[in-house]
Order: sequence, then C-alpha cells, then structure tokens
Amino acid sequence: MAHLARTKTGRPTAETLWIGIGIVVAYGVVPFAGSDYLLDAVLTPFLVLALAAVGLNVLTGYAGQVSLGSAAFLAVGAYAAYNLHLRVPGLPLLLDLVLAGGIAAAIGIVFGLPSLRLRGFYLAVSTLAAQFFVQWALTKFGWFSNDNPSGVIDAPVLRIGSVSFTTAAERYVFSLTIVVVLTLLTLLLLRSQSGRNFIAVRDHEIAAKVVGVPLLRTKLLAFGMSSFLIGVAGVLWAFAYLRTVEPAGFNLDRSFQILFIIIIGGLASLRGSFIGAAFIVVFPLLLSRIGAALLGRVFDSGVLEMSQHIVIGALIIVFLIAEPRGLIALWDRAWSAVRPARRPTIPT
Amino acid sequence: MFDYQFLIEVLIGGLLSGVMYSLVAIGFVLIYKTSGVLNFAQGAMLLFAALTFVSLVERGTPFVAALAATLAIMIALGIAVERTVLRPLVNQPPITLFMATLGLSYVIEGAAQLLWGTQVHGLDIGISDTPFEVAGVLISRLDLFAAAVAGGLVALFALFFRYTRTGLSFRAVADDQFAALAVGLRLPRVWGAVWAVAGIVALVGGLLWGARLGVQFSLSLVVLKALPVLVLGGFDSIAGAIVGGLLVGAIEKLAEVYVGPFFGGGIEVWAAYVVALGFLLIRPSGLFGQKLVERV
Repeated sequence: MAHLARTKTGRPTAETLWIGIGIVVAYGVVPFAGSDYLLDAVLTPFLVLALAAVGLNVLTGYAGQVSLGSAAFLAVGAYAAYNLHLRVPGLPLLLDLVLAGGIAAAIGIVFGLPSLRLRGFYLAVSTLAAQFFVQWALTKFGWFSNDNPSGVIDAPVLRIGSVSFTTAAERYVFSLTIVVVLTLLTLLLLRSQSGRNFIAVRDHEIAAKVVGVPLLRTKLLAFGMSSFLIGVAGVLWAFAYLRTVEPAGFNLDRSFQILFIIIIGGLASLRGSFIGAAFIVVFPLLLSRIGAALLGRVFDSGVLEMSQHIVIGALIIVFLIAEPRGLIALWDRAWSAVRPARRPTIPT
Repeated sequence: MFDYQFLIEVLIGGLLSGVMYSLVAIGFVLIYKTSGVLNFAQGAMLLFAALTFVSLVERGTPFVAALAATLAIMIALGIAVERTVLRPLVNQPPITLFMATLGLSYVIEGAAQLLWGTQVHGLDIGISDTPFEVAGVLISRLDLFAAAVAGGLVALFALFFRYTRTGLSFRAVADDQFAALAVGLRLPRVWGAVWAVAGIVALVGGLLWGARLGVQFSLSLVVLKALPVLVLGGFDSIAGAIVGGLLVGAIEKLAEVYVGPFFGGGIEVWAAYVVALGFLLIRPSGLFGQKLVERV
C-alpha cells in the first residue's frame, strides 16, 4: 500500500511494478489455478479478515482507541445486509453492501460516544457492551434472522446486474475487489488531514486538542469509519465466505482474533493487517499438519485447539516485547536486507 | 400487589452472587493498583487454579495436600509471569500491557486444558449449593459461604496491608512507584509477590466458582462478569471491588427479574455493562477510582 504514495513521483517504480504483478496474479492466475479448497478455506477468509483488521487498525492502530467489540460490527453488517436484501426487493447488491456498512457505522458511532469521556481500559470495557448487546439482540429478536429459531441466516446468491458470483473462484474475485477498493479508500482517508488527526489523538490527546484537532469529530469519524469497514467485512464473511452464519459465530473470540491480527501483523499498518490476517488463517492449518506429522494420532482436534491458543497467546506476548511493530516490521527489515534501499521506506 | 418478599429474595440473591464477582475483581485490583496492569488473564488463572486442584483431588491427592500444591503452583505461576511477561514490558503504555495479558490468558487457558483435559469436573468443597429459608426468604448456602470467605479475605488483606512488610511495600508501590524505588523497594520483587497473591485470590475464586458451575472452560469467562464490577468500583480500589460487585450482582438480578420480561429475558449478560457504561459517563473513574490528572 505504501506504493501508492510513491507513484506521485510520476515514474513507475519497482514497487508499483510489484503491486501490478500482485494484482495480475490475484485476478488473472489465482482464480483459475487455485483449487476450491484454497480459494474457499484460505483466500476468501484471509481477504475478509484482512478487511476487518484494516477497519480495526483505523480505530486502534491509527486513532489509538482500543476496541474489543469488532465481532459485534461484523455481525451488524452481516445481519443488516441480510435484512435489507430480504425486505427491500430489488435492492442492488453493492448498494446493500454500502447500506449495511452504513448501519454498522451508525451503531459504531453510538458505541463510540463513550470514547469522548473514557480512555484506555474503561473504553475497552465499554466496547465489550457492544459485543454482548449485539449478540444478545440478534439471538433474542427473531425479526433479525427472519424468525429462524437459532438466529441462523442463509446468504442470498451474490448478483450484480446479470452477473452472479456462485463458485469459489467467483466469490473470491468478488471479495478481492471489495477489499482492494475499500483498502485504497482507507489509505486515502489516512493520508488526509483526518488521518493525521487520528494519529495526533492517538499520540497525545490533550496536545492534539491544544493544537486544534476537533476531538469529537475525529473520534467519531474513527469509530464510524472502522465500523463501516468491519461491517462490510461482516457482509463478505456471511455472503461470500460462510454463506450460513449464526450470532454465536460472532463471539468475543472473533473480536480477539481480529485484535490479534493487528497486533501480530503490525499496529497502524495496512500492509500489516494483510500479513497478520494471512498468518492467522494459515497458522492453524500449518500447525495441524506439523502436529499430525510429529505426534500422529495424539494430536487430535482438542489438542490442536489448545496448542493453537498457547502459540497464538505466546506470539502476542513475544511480538509485544520483541517487535511491537509486528510482522510487517520484520518483513520490511528482511526486504531491505535483500535489496539495497534506494529510498528510505515510509511505514504505512 | 407488589411482592416485597420476592423483591427482597431477588435482592439478597443478587447481592450474594455479587460477592462472587467481587472475589474475581479483587484479583484485578491488586495487580492494577501496584503495577498499573489490567490483568485480563485473571479469569484464566482462576480456571487454571480450579482445574489443577480438581485434577489433583481426582488423582487421589488428599484435599489439604492438593490445596497446598495448587497454592504453590499459583505462586510459582505468578512469579513466572512477572519474570517472563512483565519485566520485559516495563514502561510500556498500559494498553500494551493489557494486550500482553490477553495473550497470557490464551496461553494459560490452553496450557490448563492441555494439561488436565477439557472435560467438566464436579468440585465438592463440602458446602452444598442448596437454599435454606430465613424469614421466608430463600438463601443459598454456597452463596453465604462465599460471602463469608470474601469477608474473611478482605479482613486478611486489611491486616496484611497494615502490618506486614510485604503489604506495606505493596502500598508504597501503589502510592508512588518512583518514591518506592527511591527508598529501596525492589519493584520486580514486589510485582512478583503481587502476582503470586493474585494467584492465591484466583485459587479462592476458582474453588468457589468451580463449586457452583463445575470446573470447566467457562470458568475463565467470569472475568467478563468482573469487568463491569471494576468499572463501577474503580480499577484501583478494593473497597470499590466489593461495592461494585454487590451493585452489579443486585442490578443483574433485579434487571433480569423486573426489566427482562419486557425484552424476552436474557438481559443479564449485558445489563451490568450498560449500567456501568451509563455510570462511567457521569464519573469516568468509577466510584472509588483515582482521578486521572493529565499533563501535556
């Protein structure tokens, strides 16, 4: 993502070349060469989680407001899109997506209001209220899930105009497009005055206020923007990835998972959100392969889950101690070691 | 006619279950007060303690020996946490430390269940969870016992903080870390001791909660019940943890019984959070919490 800024020089750089290659591969090669398993179980969840992590990163990494309620906004997005689709006949999918994100943003702003009075832990605890309240409301009121007894919703077929996205490859392309567009828009926002305000509020709220950063607007924008992105990620999670979701799937563990992605990937780094999401998706798969190879049958699913918890938890601690800037910092360092730096790297 | 007796019964039930929340919250307060860390892993420590104790008893260890062994393990765990997690993170922003304890809670939960298995264990501490009647009001024996234990624990802490060298050094560190350093207190040692004490509190809480819910994974979720307690009472006040616990317990039960039916029930999970949140807007540092003074 850092590459976008550098194209301002007008000359195509090695980085824009790489990004170009990346896009060509992601669109031109992966959907055709990837197996359904790879697309469905690895790449699509990776994209969706990366988008959610980008959303949380706007709030936590850039604006410095810790949230433990991300899964609630995933759920709001998913259920809002489902209901809009169900109750507004003929609503175009993209509009549905944007409206669902908008509803998530509105709810995010409501739950962000306490941030005007609260700091740090007190705020983190108050975002838990969003987590519990949303999950409860979705289970309790049948209206949200069209009176399904356990709150389960089935996603409609993704269709834009006459094009429908049904196969694994098509749903991957759909997610990819949404994620790329929204990430670029987020990047623009972060590079604007608002984005700089976020960082000012994060680094020193009082100082930011003194130099004239509008705290109210900045914080609510961060909450709204973040919830919008997470809400859209929720729609993708429900419509493009799982296609059948229930409120219990959006529990506190999911919120923590997204928080872990940005800690491991790198706080205040959009590229970090992607690396972190890739890690969180691939790591359990790798661990189960390695565990099964080393320990054989002793390594059942229970042991797998527990060792996964232990390793992820330990990694969080190790990263916070050894490299608070996350995997992305390791990546950048490795990258600059491989090739001589022509320009100083600007972390994004 | 309004049923006052029922109201009193609900209220007492709520207050007593609130004491159980206080037991968890006290563990948080101890650590927060002395080291400024909100220890999310307190729930995991509770689970770890209860699971270790139950597994030892089930393997034929006598009650007292199992208690002593678990106590020793919890103290060792506390000291190990200080060495491996807190010491390298000294002087980091509080929110970083919080996230580290989030990771820690995953490690402890995973380790506890990897070691002792994930099945539900019954825990019998010799107090039955049956209610008895006082003046027409039903009261649970276990609740009453828990309240007595909590009371005893708080009294013990009061004495400990007043008369022992370690207790005094805890207070000194809580008051002013730099001054404590200047008079020669060893901060890492004090922190290690605080985590060990928090481990002991976790053991007490774990046994009581385990006796009620059975010893299983969901035990670590009581941490989520303790958070609104902390918000109400303030993160750095033991008295706040007790009062907050009582308030949260009472609010939860009253809300569930009198407000719940309008929403179809189940509001217990978030009622406390909403009340705590509303309260925070008026007093951002809780009932007894220290006011934050910020300078540029």
